[in-house]
Amino acid sequence: MVLLKIFALLFGIFFKIGLFTIGGGYAMIPMIKAEVVNMNWMSVNDLIDFIAIAESTPGPFAINIATYVGIIVGGQSGIWQGILGAIFATVGVVLPSFLIILLIAKYFDGFKDNRYVSAALVGIRPAVVGLIAAAAFTIAIGVFLGLSIGSDQNLFTAATASQGLQCNWRALLIGALAFGFSRWKKKLHPIWMILGAAALGILFFGLPQVL
Amino acid sequence: MSQDKPTSLWTLFFSFFKIGAFTFGGGYAMIPIIEKEAIEKQHWITDSDMLDIIAIAESTPGVLAVNTATFVGYKVRRFWGSLVATLGVVLPAFVVISILSYCIAQVRDNLWVAAAFEGIRAAVVVLILNAVFKLAKGCEKNWFGYTLIGVSFLLVALLNLPVIPVILGAAVLGILYVLFLLPRLRKAQRAHQEEKEGK
Repeated sequence: MVLLKIFALLFGIFFKIGLFTIGGGYAMIPMIKAEVVNMNWMSVNDLIDFIAIAESTPGPFAINIATYVGIIVGGQSGIWQGILGAIFATVGVVLPSFLIILLIAKYFDGFKDNRYVSAALVGIRPAVVGLIAAAAFTIAIGVFLGLSIGSDQNLFTAATASQGLQCNWRALLIGALAFGFSRWKKKLHPIWMILGAAALGILFFGLPQVL
Repeated sequence: MSQDKPTSLWTLFFSFFKIGAFTFGGGYAMIPIIEKEAIEKQHWITDSDMLDIIAIAESTPGVLAVNTATFVGYKVRRFWGSLVATLGVVLPAFVVISILSYCIAQVRDNLWVAAAFEGIRAAVVVLILNAVFKLAKGCEKNWFGYTLIGVSFLLVALLNLPVIPVILGAAVLGILYVLFLLPRLRKAQRAHQEEKEGK
């Protein structure tokens, strides 16, 4: 019974994520951060790690993350429950796109030329950019300053509640190198940047622990 | 497009399975592969169909890959076509992540893996930041676009406001701006110009 509720929750939350992501891919991160992290299904660090994993594995990000969250949430009760959880979450995230496109393909030929739709998008596009920038900002202060914002906090209450911020210089250096690299080699696949950052992480964070 | 012999559902499935399996990162990385498979090889859709699909995918919620698969599948074999194509594009990611997630749990606590991820996190911040720059290019480059970027950033970054109301609010503002404010501004401008010319 409890398990059934978890499956329903996985389906419902990922349906919501699929329904409110316009632009796909990274536009999904703010919604996932809000919904999945707030459910305590994964931490912000888990999410960041998984973005890197999703960049290095086949398939759309939305499917990757839905499958992964479904497995870790359902998987607490066993392997098969994990697979079922993944199915519920993945079907949830796919269904809004599927139904909407099916309706458009069938009934509305003029959808993309509809003046209300295109006007709404003039507002939605910049808002989505702002939302992703906000996600980048919160993730950055977590990675570089160690400040995490709880679901019931905002930036100010979180900053006052934390005991002293510490700048993670090694992470900041890796971030600066990655940024310079991505500006220099714009066409290069992100997977190479991730591998490079992993090597630097081993060098900066792993080696000092064994030496 | 030749409709002499209908494409089998299997062909549709395998084509989209291939598309799902060979796209890393998803989204726009998928478009060249879809073009090769659905336009050049199978002749299911044309170049202008593809542009239409991208425009529709951008203006509807959801995942670009799924939107495209559903749309192409429907064009080729109606409902069952869309179902089979969508299933095909989703399945590779589903299988790979299912297997991988058990491996991730095994190695996460390893000292070297943990250190590697410390470095990777810094790079992911850069990846997201680059996505912001890239997407910002597709916005209105005027006071309206810049204000909306700034306000939605501040509302969520500083106040941790929920995301959905911000998106819905922006949609309403977009409609008000394009359909009500812009025509009025243009009319006022024209009146102003005529007045100047009259003098």
